[in-house]
Amino acid sequence: MILEAFTDRYVYFMTVALLIIGLYGMLGKRNLLKKLIGMIVFQTAVFLFFIEGATKFFIENGTKLRGSVPVIDPQLGTDPALYVNPLPHVLILTAIVVSVATTGVALALLLTIHRGYQSLDEKVILERMRQ
Amino acid sequence: MIWQIDFYLLVILIITAVVALEIRDLLASVALLTGYSFFMALLFAQMGSVDVAFTEAALGAGVTGVFLVCALFFLERRSAD
Repeated sequence: MILEAFTDRYVYFMTVALLIIGLYGMLGKRNLLKKLIGMIVFQTAVFLFFIEGATKFFIENGTKLRGSVPVIDPQLGTDPALYVNPLPHVLILTAIVVSVATTGVALALLLTIHRGYQSLDEKVILERMRQ
Repeated sequence: MIWQIDFYLLVILIITAVVALEIRDLLASVALLTGYSFFMALLFAQMGSVDVAFTEAALGAGVTGVFLVCALFFLERRSAD
């Protein structure tokens, strides 16, 4: 029973693992660039969650099949149950562009911090701020 | 049972994410993050969302990697943890 819950929904378990890895990178790492890398991992895990939520499964001749690419195929017909849901794809398309812009702003802040304190280590920066 | 190909891609994703966070050399970390984004694009293509897949491959694996390498040119390459 528990094994079946894992084998049917393993993508969600892996997505949660990636979210935890990203959160660990943001909270547990001292280097500021490592924190940024953790943030990128976290964002990508959220994208994966949405894309997995858009997939559809259908049963044909007893086997479980995944829905097709959301472009109408004359052989498949116009039944919407055979195609994946395209709405989350459009949302995530926007979110990817926003995430690249966020990374650019974060890197600009990082360069300014490095110019002021000559370090990217959180502890060293806090010590130099106190002086 | 036979695992789907997305299971193996997800295992590779988790390994690259952990190694990118744990490695001391920041340039290697950025290179591993680019590989992570590329495997994520492959996973999106396998899940049937091709438009998201090529946007992720161009922006996530391409532009973000170039940004990070250019920023690393002005920063120090070693990391304490």
